[in-house]
Amino acid sequence: MTLAIDVQRLTRRFGAFVAVDAISVQVKTGEVFGFLGANGAGKTTAIKMLIGLLEPTEGSAQVAGYDVRTQSEEVRRRIGYMSQRFSLYDDLTVRENIQLYGGIYGLTDDEISTRGAELVGGLHLDGAHDALVGTLPLGWKQKLAFSVALLHRPLVVFLDEPTGGVDPVTRRQFWEMIYAAAARGTTVFVTTHYMDEAEYCDRLSIMVDGRIAAMGTPAELKAEFGAPTIDEVFVRLARPAAMAGGV
Amino acid sequence: MRALRFLLRKEYLQIFRDKTLLRMLFLIPVVQLLVLSNAATFEVRQSRLFVVDRDRSTMSRGAIDRLVASGRFERTAASVSIAAADAAMRERRVEMIVVIPEGFERGIVRDHRATVQLLLNAEDGSAAGVSQAYARQILSRYAADLGGSLTPPIVPGGAHAEAAPGRARGVLDVRTRGLFNAELNYKHYMVPGILIQLLTIIGTLLTAMNIVREKEAGTLEQLNVTPVSRPVFIAAKLIPLWTLAMLVLAIGLFIGWIAFGVPMRGSLLLVFFGGAIYLVVALGIGLWISTVVETQQQAMFVTFALLMIYLLMSGLFTPVNSMPPWAQVVADANPMRHEIELMRAVMLKGAGLADVARHLVVMAVSGVLVLTIAVRQYHKRSA
Repeated sequence: MTLAIDVQRLTRRFGAFVAVDAISVQVKTGEVFGFLGANGAGKTTAIKMLIGLLEPTEGSAQVAGYDVRTQSEEVRRRIGYMSQRFSLYDDLTVRENIQLYGGIYGLTDDEISTRGAELVGGLHLDGAHDALVGTLPLGWKQKLAFSVALLHRPLVVFLDEPTGGVDPVTRRQFWEMIYAAAARGTTVFVTTHYMDEAEYCDRLSIMVDGRIAAMGTPAELKAEFGAPTIDEVFVRLARPAAMAGGV
Repeated sequence: MRALRFLLRKEYLQIFRDKTLLRMLFLIPVVQLLVLSNAATFEVRQSRLFVVDRDRSTMSRGAIDRLVASGRFERTAASVSIAAADAAMRERRVEMIVVIPEGFERGIVRDHRATVQLLLNAEDGSAAGVSQAYARQILSRYAADLGGSLTPPIVPGGAHAEAAPGRARGVLDVRTRGLFNAELNYKHYMVPGILIQLLTIIGTLLTAMNIVREKEAGTLEQLNVTPVSRPVFIAAKLIPLWTLAMLVLAIGLFIGWIAFGVPMRGSLLLVFFGGAIYLVVALGIGLWISTVVETQQQAMFVTFALLMIYLLMSGLFTPVNSMPPWAQVVADANPMRHEIELMRAVMLKGAGLADVARHLVVMAVSGVLVLTIAVRQYHKRSA
C-alpha cells in the first residue's frame, strides 16, 4: 500500500516554544486516521503544516506524494480541508458555495452541476439548494462543509474537529460520511475530542506536549495500556502532562 | 483564469447582498458632499471687530462703515482705549482691532495719506491672513475714493508696534481677477477634493475590511488551502471594489454637478482615467493594511490613522505651498494630492492629458509600488 501521508521528524517552533516536536506519522491510502491530543498538544499546528498554511521549522512531510515545503501547490490541488471554524460563505446559497469551490478546483460546469446535485441529494438538502448557508442549522452546515471539501475528489482530506458542537445523531451521520469517503479511496486525517469517535478510526495517534505518545489501531492501544476504552488510554497519557503543566 | 471568474462572481454576489453596504455607498457621498462642501471653506465672514476711533471724524467713521458694510466684519465693541481693546482680544471677544489715530482726516485732506493700525488674533494664522487682506483691500479702496492713500500696518497677535508713517505717494489700484474659477466659488474648488477624500476612505477601508472579515470568519484560511494563486485572489478582491469605487466617483460627480453646478471644463474621460489609476493606490493600501492586521477593529484603526496623515498632507484643507520644505516633499509624493490637483485642473481649468501627465505618472508609480508591497506581504502560508 502506498502512503498518503509520510511525516518524518516534523518540528515547529514558535520562538523558544516547541509546538510540534519531531513527530513522525505514516498514513496509508484509504485509511481513516485519528489524530488525537488534548487542547494545546499541537494538533492544529501539525495539520497546518501538512496543508501548507504554516512553514515547518524542521523535518519533512509528504502529502499525496508531494513535499509540503517545496511543492505546496501540488499538495493543495490534491487535498481537502475542513477547519474547526465553519468555513463556507454564510451569505451565499448552498448552490453558490458548491459552484465557487468547484470552480476554484477547476471542475467543469458539467462536473459542478452533476456532483453538486449528487452532494445535495446525498445530504437530503434538495429543498435548500437556494437557501443561504447562514440559515441552515449547524449540523447541516458541517455535513455540507465536509461534502464541499470532497467535491474535487481529493486524495487526502483533513478534518480538524469536524463534529464540534453537533448532536449525537448528526455525529453518527457524519462518521457514515467519513466511512463512505474512505471506501471511495480518500484518505481521512481527522482530529477529535470525542473518544467514542476515536474508536471508529482505523488507526490513531495520541499527541502529548508536541510529541506523539502512542500510535496504533484502537485495539492495539487498548492492549498496550491495558485499558478497556480509548478514553482510558487518552486520560492515562494526557494526565501526567497536565499535572506537570500545573493544571 | 477559471478560478478568477468564480471568485469574482462570489465577490459581486456578496456585495450586492449586503444591503447596508450598498445604502452606505450611495448615502455617504450624498451627505458628505452636501455637508462638507458647504462647511469646508477658507472664507472668513463676520469677523468681530473692535473699533478704536481716536479721530472721531466723518472720514474715520466712513472707514469703519466701509469695513462693516462689506459683510466681512461685525462691529462688536468700540472704545478710545487701546487697553480695553487688548483685553477684549485676550478674552477672545474680538478677532481684529482697528485703531484710527488722531489726525486721520487731516492727514488725508492735507497730505493725501494716513495711517490705520490693524491688530489681529493670529492664533488661526490663515483666518487672520484672510481678514487682514480683506481689511487692507477695503480701507485702501476707501482711501482711494477719498483721493488719498492709506498704510495699515499689520500687527499680529495683539502685540503693539508704532504706526509706521505712510510711504506711498501715488495711489496704486491693484485689481485681481481669478482665472478658471472666476467667481472664486469655494464649492467648485472643494467638491473635487472632498470627492477624492471620500473615494480614498471608501476604497481603502472597504478593501481592508473585506479581506479581514474573511480572515475573521476563517474563509480566508479555507481559500489559502485551495490552489487559488495569490494574484488571482487579489485580483478577485480588488476588481469588484474598484468598480464599486468608480461608481461612487460617478455618483459624486453627478451630485457636484446637480447640487453645486461644478463645471466639467475638461474631459470627463480623463477624470475617470485619473480616478481609475488613483483607486489602484487606495485599494492597494487597503490590501496592505489587511495583511498586517488580524481583526476588523484593527483594520479600522490603522486605516484611519493612515488616512489622517494622508489627508492632511494632500493640500485639501491646508495649501501645500504653506507647508515647511520637508512636508512639501512628503506632500509631493502623496498620490492623493496629485489626484485632487488633477481633478481640479481638469474640471475647473479644462486641463488636458499633457497638463496632468505628471500627476498620472506619480499616481501610477505609487500604485505599482503599493500593490507590489501588498502582494509580497500577502502569504498563503505563514512563516
